[in-house]
Amino acid sequence: MTEPVLEILNLRKNFGALKATDDVSLTLMPGEIHALIGPNGAGKSTLIQQISGALTPTSGTIRFLGRDMAGMDMAARARAGLGRTFQISSIAPEFSALRNVILAVQARQGSSFRFFRPVARDRSLIEPAMVMLERVGLAARSRIPAGELSHGERRLLEIAIALSLEPKAFLFDEPMAGLGADGSKSLTALLSELRHVAPILLVEHDMDAVFALADRISVLVYGRIIATGTVEEIRSHPEVRRAYLGEGA
Amino acid sequence: MSIALLIEQLLNGLQLGVMLFLMAAGLTLIFGVMGLINLAHGSLFMIGAFACAAVAAATGSFWLGLAASLVAAAAAGALIEVVIVRRLYARDHLDQVLATFALILILSEGTRWLFGSFPLYLDIPSLLQGAVPLPGVGQYQLYRLVIIAVGMIVAAGLYLLIARTRLGMRIRAGESDREMIAALGVDISTLYTVVFALGAALAGLAGALVGALQSVQVGMGEPVLILAFVVIVIGGIGSIKGALFGAILVGIVDTMGRFLLPKLLALVLPATQSGAIGGAIASMLIYILMALILAFRPRGLFAAQA
Amino acid sequence: MSMSRETCINILLALLLLAVPVAAAELGEPFYVTLATRVAILALAAVGLNIALGLGGLVSFGHAAFFGIGGYVAGILASHAFEMSPLVFGIEGTTSMPVIWLTAIMIAGLVALPIGAISLRTTGVYFIMITLAFAQMIYYFAESWPTYGGADGLSIIMRNQFPGVNTARPLPYFLICYCLLIAGLGLYWLLQGSRFGLALQTARQNAIRLSSVGIAPFGIRLTAFVISAMVVGLAGALFADLNKFVSPSMLSWHMSGELIVLIILGGKGRLFGPVAGAAVYVLFEFALGGLTERWQFFLGLVLLGVVLFARGGLLGLLAGKARHD
Repeated sequence: MTEPVLEILNLRKNFGALKATDDVSLTLMPGEIHALIGPNGAGKSTLIQQISGALTPTSGTIRFLGRDMAGMDMAARARAGLGRTFQISSIAPEFSALRNVILAVQARQGSSFRFFRPVARDRSLIEPAMVMLERVGLAARSRIPAGELSHGERRLLEIAIALSLEPKAFLFDEPMAGLGADGSKSLTALLSELRHVAPILLVEHDMDAVFALADRISVLVYGRIIATGTVEEIRSHPEVRRAYLGEGA
Repeated sequence: MSIALLIEQLLNGLQLGVMLFLMAAGLTLIFGVMGLINLAHGSLFMIGAFACAAVAAATGSFWLGLAASLVAAAAAGALIEVVIVRRLYARDHLDQVLATFALILILSEGTRWLFGSFPLYLDIPSLLQGAVPLPGVGQYQLYRLVIIAVGMIVAAGLYLLIARTRLGMRIRAGESDREMIAALGVDISTLYTVVFALGAALAGLAGALVGALQSVQVGMGEPVLILAFVVIVIGGIGSIKGALFGAILVGIVDTMGRFLLPKLLALVLPATQSGAIGGAIASMLIYILMALILAFRPRGLFAAQA
Repeated sequence: MSMSRETCINILLALLLLAVPVAAAELGEPFYVTLATRVAILALAAVGLNIALGLGGLVSFGHAAFFGIGGYVAGILASHAFEMSPLVFGIEGTTSMPVIWLTAIMIAGLVALPIGAISLRTTGVYFIMITLAFAQMIYYFAESWPTYGGADGLSIIMRNQFPGVNTARPLPYFLICYCLLIAGLGLYWLLQGSRFGLALQTARQNAIRLSSVGIAPFGIRLTAFVISAMVVGLAGALFADLNKFVSPSMLSWHMSGELIVLIILGGKGRLFGPVAGAAVYVLFEFALGGLTERWQFFLGLVLLGVVLFARGGLLGLLAGKARHD
C-alpha cells in the first residue's frame, strides 16, 4: 500500500464559537490531483492556512511525508517540500519575474547566507530559473518587474516559483481565479502535467477545471467534509447536490 | 529606610505614572484611531507647559495658565492635524516618523525663537502649596497628590467618553473599521481632528502640571515622549487600559528603582560605587522591563485584537 | 537610461567628495577638509543604516546606539592607553585605529545581536519604538555611568594613530575616512546584489513570499540588522576621532533621527543616497548655521517638504525612480 504524501487527521480550528474547521480528515496520495471544493465561507482558506503553517489548528494532526508538522512555521514547511500558491498572488513586486524565481532556486539550494557573489552573474541560479519560466510560458517576460505583470502572468509566476522548490506536494489556492476562459484552459493543461512532478491539493471554484483535472474531490461545507470521492461519485452524491450545487431535495 | 519614605516614593512613582498616562493616552488614541505614530507629541507637552508659564506670568494666575495650556495645545494639535498630519495617515510609518521628527525640529526651534533659550519658571498655585499629613507617611506635597487625582479623573473621564458617548462610539468604530465608519456617513476628517486635538490637550495638560515641578524649557517633552512610548509598547498600542496600566507600572518601577537599587547595592558594594552603579542600572530598569515583557508578549500586555 | 544616469551621478558625487577637500587642503583651508570628513563619516553611518532600512525595510530608530558605542570604544581605548591603565581583565588600551575599528565593529555587532533578536519579534510601529527604547537605555546608561565622563563626555587627547599616516593633519584623516566610506559603499553594493541581498529585499517587499519559499525572514533580518550596526559602529569610532570627543549625544535619539534623515534626504535604498544626503545635510548645517542659530527650524521645513512632496530624495530628483533588474 502506498503511503499518503499529505495526511490530515481530525483537524479542528475554532474561532470563538465558530467551527471554521470541523473534524476534517483528508489525504493526498502520490500522483493524484485532489480537489477541495466548497461554497464561499466553507473554510477552505482556513484549512489551507493551517496546512501551510499560517494558522495553528485547535486540535488534530497534519502529517507530511509521514512527519507531524505541528510546530513547524511556514518556512520550515516549505523546506520540507510544500510548494504553494496564494489565492491572491504573492510576489516581490519590485523584482523581475526572473529574480522572483531565482529566490526560489536559491532557497532550494539552501544558500541565502552568501553575501558577495552577485546573483546577476550566477548561472547556477539563472539557468534553472529560466527553465522554470519557460515551462510556465513566461520566458519572454523574465525581465519585467513582477508588479507590472498581468494578473494571469502572476499566477504563472507563482507556479514557476513553487516548481523551482522541487516540492513533494503542491498546494494551489484557487489558481484559476480571475483568469479568462483561455487562461483557465491553458492553466488546466499545465496543472495536468504537474501532477507528474508532485501530487496537487487543489482548492478551486472553477468546476470545469476541477472536473477535468481531479482524481478525487472533497467537498467542504461549513468546515466539514461532507463527501470525498471520484468525479463521478461527487457528481451524483445527493448530499453534495443538495448542499453545494443548491439543487432541491 | 523607613516605611514612610517607601510610601512617599511609591506616591512619587504614582504621580510620574499618572503624568505618563496623560501623554500615553493621547499617543495610543491617535495610533489606535488613525494609525499614526506621532513623535511630535512631546512638543505638544512642551507647548502646554510654555503656554501655562507664559500666561501665568502675565496674569499672575496659574489657573488661567492651565486653561491656556489646554487651549494652546489643542489648537496647536488641530492646526498640525489639518495642515500636515492628515497627509500622513495613508503613508508608511517611516514617512510618519520623519515628518513628525521634522515637526519636533520646527516646534522646538520655533519655541526657542519666541521665548528665548532660558527656562521659564512656573510656581505651584498658592491654593495647592504646602503639604498634607497622610497616615503612615507624615507630610506629603499637596500638589503631587492633586496631580495624581487629576490623572485619575482624566482616566475615568476618558473611559466614560469612549464607553458612553457618541464621540466615543465613533472612536471605537474608527479603531475597528475605518472604511465602515466613513461609509456610515460620519465625517471622518472632523473626527480625526477632534481626536488629535483631544490627545494634544491631554499632553498640554500634563506639560502644564509638570511645569510647576520642574523648569519649563525647550526639549522638556522628549524624555517624557520616550517614556510614553515605553508605556504604550508595554501596555499594547491602541489600548487606553494598557496605557493606564503601563504608565503606572513604568512610573513606579522607575521611581522605586532609582530609590532602592543604590541602597540594595550598598549592602554588597562600597558606598562610592553603589550609588553610581545603582543609578546607572536604575536608569535602564524600565527598558529591561519592556524587553522582558516583549519577549513573552510581543504585542504588549493589553494588545488590541489584530 | 536612468540606470546609467544614476551611476554617472554616483561617480560624480564620489569624485566631488574627494576633490573638494584635496583642493581645500591645497588652498590652505583645513576647515573645509574637516567639513568633508564629517560628510564622509555621516555618509558611512547612513550607508550602514541603509542596509537595514533601505534593503531590509527595517525602520530602526535606535541606530545611534551603535554609532555611540563605536565612539565610546574609540574614546575608552584611547583614554586607557593615554593613562596607561588597563581596562578589565588586564586588557590594555590602544591608540591604533585598526584595532579600535575592529573592536568597535565587534562590540556594535555583539550589542546589536540581542537588541535585534528582541526587536525583530515585532514589526511596524512596535519595531520603531523598541529600537528607540533600547537606544535610550544605552544613552541613559552612558549618561549616568561616571567612569567615562557621564553626561560630560570623554575627550580623546590626541587623535588615534594609523600606521604610516599622520592622522593629526586634516587631509590624511579625511582620506582614511573616505576610503572606509568607499569600502562601506562597496559592501552595500555587494550585499544588494548577493543571494543574501535578494532574500533581504524580498523580506521588505513581501515577507510571506520569502517564508513560502522556505526562507525564514527572522534570520535574514537579524543578520542585516547586525551587519548594519557594525558599519554604523565603525562610523562612530571615526566620528569620535574626528571630534576628539565622545559624549552621550552620539547615542541620543536625535542622532538616530538624523541618520534616517540623511538617507531620506538623499534617497532611500539607493547606493549613494546616504552620500548625497550627508553632503546636503552638512552643507545645510554649515550654510544656514552661519546665518542663523535656528537652522534646525529650516531643516525641519525642508525635511517636511521632502517627506510630503519629494519622496525619492535628492537622487530621486536627479536620477529618477530606483530600478531593480
